[in-house]
Amino acid sequence: MSTAASPPDRRHPTAPADGPAVHDPAAAGRSDATGPLLSVRNLTVRFRRQGEEDFVAVDDVSFDVRAGQTVGLVGESGCGKSVTSLAIMGLLPKRGNTVTGRVDFEGIDLLSLSPRQLRDRRGRDIAMIFQDPLSSLNPVVPIGVQVSEVIERHVGLSRAKARPQARELLSKVGIPDPDRRLSEYPHQLSGGMRQRALIAMALACRPRLLIADEPTTALDVTIQAQILALLKELVQDSGTALVMITHDLGVVAGLCDRVNVLYGGRIVERADRHELFATPRHPYTNGLLASIPRLDAPRGQRLSPVPGSVADNIPWDHACAFAPRCDRPVAACREVTPELVTDEAAPSAPGGLPRALRCHHPVEPGQESR
Amino acid sequence: MNDPRPHPRGGLGARKKERIDSLARAGARRDDAPDTEVASAGTVDDRAGVSLVASAWRRLRRNVVFLAGATIVVLFVILALVAPLVAPHDPSAGLLLSQVRQQTNPIPGPQPGFPLGGDQAGRDLLSRLLVGSRQTLYVGVFATLGGLIGGLTLGTLAGAFGGWIDSLVMRVVDVMLSIPSLLMAFSIAAIAARPSQWTVILAIAIVQVPIFARLLRGSMLAQRHSDHVLAARALGVKPAPIVFRHMLPNALGPVIVQATLVVATAIIDAAALSFLGLGNPDDRVPEWGQMLGAAQTYLAGYPHLAFYPAACIIVVALGFTLMGESLREALDPKSRR
Ligand SMILES: Nc1ncnc2c1ncn2[C@@H]1O[C@H](COP(=O)(O)OP(=O)(O)O)[C@@H](O)[C@H]1O
Ligand SMILES: [Mg+2]
Repeated sequence: MSTAASPPDRRHPTAPADGPAVHDPAAAGRSDATGPLLSVRNLTVRFRRQGEEDFVAVDDVSFDVRAGQTVGLVGESGCGKSVTSLAIMGLLPKRGNTVTGRVDFEGIDLLSLSPRQLRDRRGRDIAMIFQDPLSSLNPVVPIGVQVSEVIERHVGLSRAKARPQARELLSKVGIPDPDRRLSEYPHQLSGGMRQRALIAMALACRPRLLIADEPTTALDVTIQAQILALLKELVQDSGTALVMITHDLGVVAGLCDRVNVLYGGRIVERADRHELFATPRHPYTNGLLASIPRLDAPRGQRLSPVPGSVADNIPWDHACAFAPRCDRPVAACREVTPELVTDEAAPSAPGGLPRALRCHHPVEPGQESR
Repeated sequence: MNDPRPHPRGGLGARKKERIDSLARAGARRDDAPDTEVASAGTVDDRAGVSLVASAWRRLRRNVVFLAGATIVVLFVILALVAPLVAPHDPSAGLLLSQVRQQTNPIPGPQPGFPLGGDQAGRDLLSRLLVGSRQTLYVGVFATLGGLIGGLTLGTLAGAFGGWIDSLVMRVVDVMLSIPSLLMAFSIAAIAARPSQWTVILAIAIVQVPIFARLLRGSMLAQRHSDHVLAARALGVKPAPIVFRHMLPNALGPVIVQATLVVATAIIDAAALSFLGLGNPDDRVPEWGQMLGAAQTYLAGYPHLAFYPAACIIVVALGFTLMGESLREALDPKSRR
């Protein structure tokens, strides 16, 4: 369970090195100004399956989020993004899975807290918004009551006292005519408005960390941009740290300071945003980047999504799960599991943190397929 | 244990359970339906959505079956409320008793002022039929309410807590379901020391409890895994409001539909109990099932005596069934739009 008492990670010498505190074992146990707000270490989630081996949805994932920072968790559908965020929040089903590793939030391991302690932190210290704004709202309760509920719960105000705050929150997230909206039901709001209301609920108690799990995927394109702009503005104003979960590197480009690319439940590449976009090193990242529509691309040039699908994955033991879809595989890719190691070859911004990479045959700087 | 599917074990109750569970699932699917709506709506997403109730009502308004059922139900309820005022005579007074001859003329025939004639005790048949609607309404409403209260309590317990409480409640419910409902109602009514209308109501209510419990439990479980409950938990909402504000109100749909259907079975079951003499032994208060039972003796010579109460029971039960079934269809997202 607890690996943090020992030096960070024996298998991946540099893997969790996302912040200075990590190399100091004692730092994991206290909350100091320089330490990360959230530090996820070797998080592993296994789902038990009947008559089969456990399914490892999240495999030894480590990353840090510092106060006010925006960190991206990127990967295609099924790579374990949602399971990671639910594990951090303690929202995975009670039965049928095992979670190991550490999730330190302000120095306290969330995985070791009782359900009650965790419940007190959710919504107050850490909040989360989900993919589908319609189904994330209770259809039979007015918006105002749903927003006030959070304030009542964590601030201890009465319904009547919480209502003006709820109204203010709605106008802060850009919902016009908030007085009327307070008494409306979710189905009376548009998709964009619903997501705004959910953002209002999540930020009602000024949490220090917000996890946004594909918050724009269910929305139409123009609304997507508005919601992203709103999120960016709100987290900047309030100093809230944001974990942005997305399958779309385009979203990352405008928002994230640091990016973790997930594949098959494992982190395959980690870098600062600018470096990742300038010199993608993992063939998967490279493929994802090549599939972003670009304004400066020659007309008529086809987008090239990463070929194949998650179904082609092979197990990580004795191979790289991405090998069957990789455009530059070598023999080792099907024989040896690649480890997440510091990426020495790639240029790193001066003063920046070391990049990490899990690949036997990374893309050389200058060879990016674009 | 948390599996909402019917048990692999067959047996008497298996079909019943399967039907109840499919009802629960139909109600629960409303969560998935808007999902595809949002995704596929794409650019028109920003229009206001159409609520389930509103769209159900839109279709019901033009649904002949529903309208027919609702008309019967509304007329029946109004009639039951005003029956003592519109009944031409006192239903318990033997006004035609002087005409009753045990051997030659046991049943007084139709005559001026008594369009349907009298019964074996010389009481006005029409008045008895009209006022009899009251007892039928009482039984239907109170037996259903009783079943609802019991079923909601058990179903909420099971669906909210899960684990061993769920297992325990559901085993009890399964045992109850495996006994044919009418047989159970007979047994309960027969135990009563002093049978009355209320023992009938109680017997029928108890029979409905496991049906409501299983139904609610199924849709509570679906709610427990729904997105908005997850979202509420992500905000730290405590268990009690999760159950009573976020799960229960959303799980009630299929239960309300079932309640409409249960009124029909309650009416029929109550009639059956009275028919067999397990109801109120005092026949001064008219009751359709009891009238039907009393008519047996004269069935050969005077079939109308049985026909009228039977027709009343059938029509009213049909009204509730038609209304309930079309409600269920309208609220089933599979048939949406
Ligand atoms: N409750 C669960 N039980 C079993 N498997 C699950 C469960 N939740 C998610 N998974 C599996 O875990 C993997 C990762 O899922 P998820 O984190 O939802 O992916 P995504 O990156 O698209 O959010 C998927 O293969 C999914 O099937
Ligand atoms: Mg997901």
